[in-house]
Order: sequence, then structure tokens, then C-alpha cells
Amino acid sequence: MTDRALSVVRAGALTTVQDRGRPGHAHLGVPRSGALDQPAAGLANRLVGNRPEAAVLETTLNGCAVRPRSTVTVAVTGAPCRVTMDGRAVAWGAPVRVPAGALLEVGAAVLGVRSYVAVSGGVTVEPVLGSRSTDLLSRLGPPPLSDGAVLPLGRPEEPHTHVDVGPQPAPPAELVLRVTPGPRDDWFTPEAVRAFTTRTFRVSSASNRIGLRTEGPALERARSGELPSEGMVLGAVQVPPDGRPVVFLADHPTTGGYPVIGVVRTADLPAAAQAVPGTPVRFVAVRRR
Amino acid sequence: MKALPVGDNALLVEVASGEEAQALHAELVRRRAEGSLTVREIVPAARTVLLDGLTDPARLASELAAAEVPPEPPRAGNVIELPVRYDGPDLADVAALWGVREAEVARIHASTEFRVAFCGFAPGFGYLAGLPSRYDVPRRATPRTAVPAGSVGLAGPYTGVYPRSSPGGWQLIGTTDAVLWDHARVPAALLSPGTRVRFVATGPERTS
Repeated sequence: MTDRALSVVRAGALTTVQDRGRPGHAHLGVPRSGALDQPAAGLANRLVGNRPEAAVLETTLNGCAVRPRSTVTVAVTGAPCRVTMDGRAVAWGAPVRVPAGALLEVGAAVLGVRSYVAVSGGVTVEPVLGSRSTDLLSRLGPPPLSDGAVLPLGRPEEPHTHVDVGPQPAPPAELVLRVTPGPRDDWFTPEAVRAFTTRTFRVSSASNRIGLRTEGPALERARSGELPSEGMVLGAVQVPPDGRPVVFLADHPTTGGYPVIGVVRTADLPAAAQAVPGTPVRFVAVRRR
Repeated sequence: MKALPVGDNALLVEVASGEEAQALHAELVRRRAEGSLTVREIVPAARTVLLDGLTDPARLASELAAAEVPPEPPRAGNVIELPVRYDGPDLADVAALWGVREAEVARIHASTEFRVAFCGFAPGFGYLAGLPSRYDVPRRATPRTAVPAGSVGLAGPYTGVYPRSSPGGWQLIGTTDAVLWDHARVPAALLSPGTRVRFVATGPERTS
């Protein structure tokens, strides 16, 4: 192992390596994966001068702690949290120089769910099908971080000349997701279709990188029987037999046999990735563009 | 042929049968290769083909709605041969469902040419079509919590091979040593939609 590496001191509840994912392999049963909050991951990379495709760390709720073996620049974005270096508070959402051997601690999310930690040079674990992302559904890519793990880092890009402090949206108090209806809205009763876009749901604690699960009114089907398996897209709102809508996120299965009542606009999914359990969710029907 | 819009950039094209879905998939892959279709993902399934990452789905939808389902695709490409020992724990149950002796299950299965209708469930897991519909079998009433990698199973009209150990409810009739998925290999997936497949029986006496 070269000195360009990151030691994991505290892995946190669930910290994974993520980049822009591996789209283009759905026909082989390979999910796209990738950072759930792509704008936040992209901003973190820009802040440390990385290329947009560099791999970052995605934390879940309670952060993580790492110790670089060489001096690096780090930026933490996404869910706001306390960031410290050797116990002293440093900036969140801005580049921070971390000397070799210093302990960088990413604290618990104050708001939101997922913080992103970009390190200059990027995390350079071996890519799988062109991506370094951890895919929790099909177990492709590196395993989630564990205490004591060591992650290789790439060579930093040429020093960047300007500091890019991008605006970051605050995690939503209420999650409003724009949906286009179908393709299987005809599998539901008119009452269920109406309830879907008029009632308020809540983010379930069973949500994960595969899907944002909801609690709330159960959507009743108009027909019985099974839908033959069909291809699924990012943002598809699938309704399993319990009637509780699930919004498919990056690690979603590529095919599925439950009807999709609507599809959430991709632009609204980063906010979905930051909605803590209990957050009210409304689905708003929009016209297809 | 019905093209249902899915979100803003995708279409789900629905046809009447699995054979039509395979034919449509082959045609769409051909069109992408020749450059007349720009799309990120072409995902075939049981009765549909999903096209994701389209720039003008509405135009393609109206074009497809007016089109005929293409005829059955030519049997192009090599046949992948999968060596199999017909020693699965559900062989007797399948024999009973088919109304034949166990050896006959192996004979029928190994004399069928399959085609990968679609993939899903796990990377490298193909749904292989080819058995006549009288050999359709239900899934097991209680799925197994762990099916070993290489298990060859039947469910509905399909045969499948588990690329790695996972829970599963298919009726297991045999075992193969073929490596279905190896992400360090190019291509990683041994089977992809459209691949022709034959199972070649290897008796237990011939395995080391």
C-alpha cells in the first residue's frame, strides 16, 4: 500500500464508496448504483479539485472518522454535520487541508441523512464495470467500510485555483416529489390513484439505498393477479402487495413484478435521499415534459 | 405493440408474448448498433422491453405504435454449453409434475435449446426460455434461504442458474460448475439477453 491511502477509524452506521454509478448494464441485472445525492457528491469533488467521476464516501446518519496517511484536501457536503480535525472544529462544505496522520471526524447529521466526504485524488478502489460504487442490492463494488479498513487514494489533480463554495439545499421539512403517472396506474382503483397524489405519506425507517419506503395510506389495486416482471427505472414508484409506495433509488432492482403507479422526476431524488424517517412526503402529479 | 411512457425519458414497450418480447429486443439492439436508435438501457423482460435514456420518447412511442412486431430473430451467435449434473433436490418433484421419470427430466432438459429471454434478480442471472409450456412448474411453496451457486432451477416457463448463493424459490434440478458471473472477466456475464444455451448432462461418474 502506498502512502496515498485513508485509514478508516470509525466506519459509522453505513459508509460506502460512491461515484456516478454503473449505468448501461441493466440488461444484465446490474443496478446503476452511485451516490444517492449526486449534486452533493459532485460539489464535494469540486471543492477538493477532483474530477466529477472521482469516488467519494457516502455516510448514513452518524458520519465516520478517517485518518489520511498523506496530506490531503477534504470536503464534507450533503447532510450538514459537525466536522473536526484532531478534535478541533473545521469547516463543513468547504475544502479543509488535513495533514498526514490527522484524524478527520465527520459527525452525525444535524439535518438530512447522507454526508459526502471527498478526498483529493479520490478513493481509488478497484472499479467494477467502470464504477467504484458499492451496490448494496447485488453486492458489486467494495463492501461497506469497516473499522480498520484502508482505502487507496489517487493522485490529486493539479491544484485548483478557486474555491467553489456552492449553495446547498437544506434537507426538506416536507418532501415534495413530482411524479408522472404510469406506466401501471391502471392497476389501481381510482381512489388509490387519487390518494397517491393527494394524501400525505411519511418516510419509513425501512428506507435504504434501494428504495425510499413510505408509511401512510395503502393503495388498493383494481385488479388481482401478477404482473409479469418488467424493467424498472430510477425513481419508479413501485407498490408491493401491502399497498405502501416505494420510490426506487440508485441500488434498485433492474426488473420487478409489482406495478409502478408513477415515476418521480430524477431532479427530486437527491432530496429524497436526505429525507429522514418520519418526514412527510407528498407526490404531486405533473405532466410529462 | 403498445408503448407506455415511463417518467420523462423512458418507454415500456409491451407485446403479447415472451417470444415477441425476444424478437422486439433483438430488433431494438440491432437498431442501436446501426445507429438509428439512441438509448442508454434496453432491458427486456417477460412481456416487455424497457427503453431508458431516450431523448424523444413521444416520437419513438408513436413510431412503435404503428410498427409490427418483428419476426422471430435469426438464431445467431454461438451456443453456450453449460455442463450440468442432474442431481438437484427437486428433481423428483419436477419429474412428478411433468409425469415422467427423473432420467427423462434430464433428457428433455438437455435436449432443449434455450435462449436467454432476459436477466434480472442478480447480476448474471438469466431467465432461459425454450421448454414447451406443458413443462411449466410453480415456484416452491417455501423458498430456500440459501440456494448454492451453480444450482440449475425451473420456475414458470423458465430455467435459471444461480450465479452465486442466494435465497430462492426455484425448483432445483441440477448443478453446473460454469461461472455465470465474474466481474474480472470480459464480458462479466456468461449469459446476456438473446444468448443461446444448451445444457450438457455430465454424469456424476465423470466429474472429479
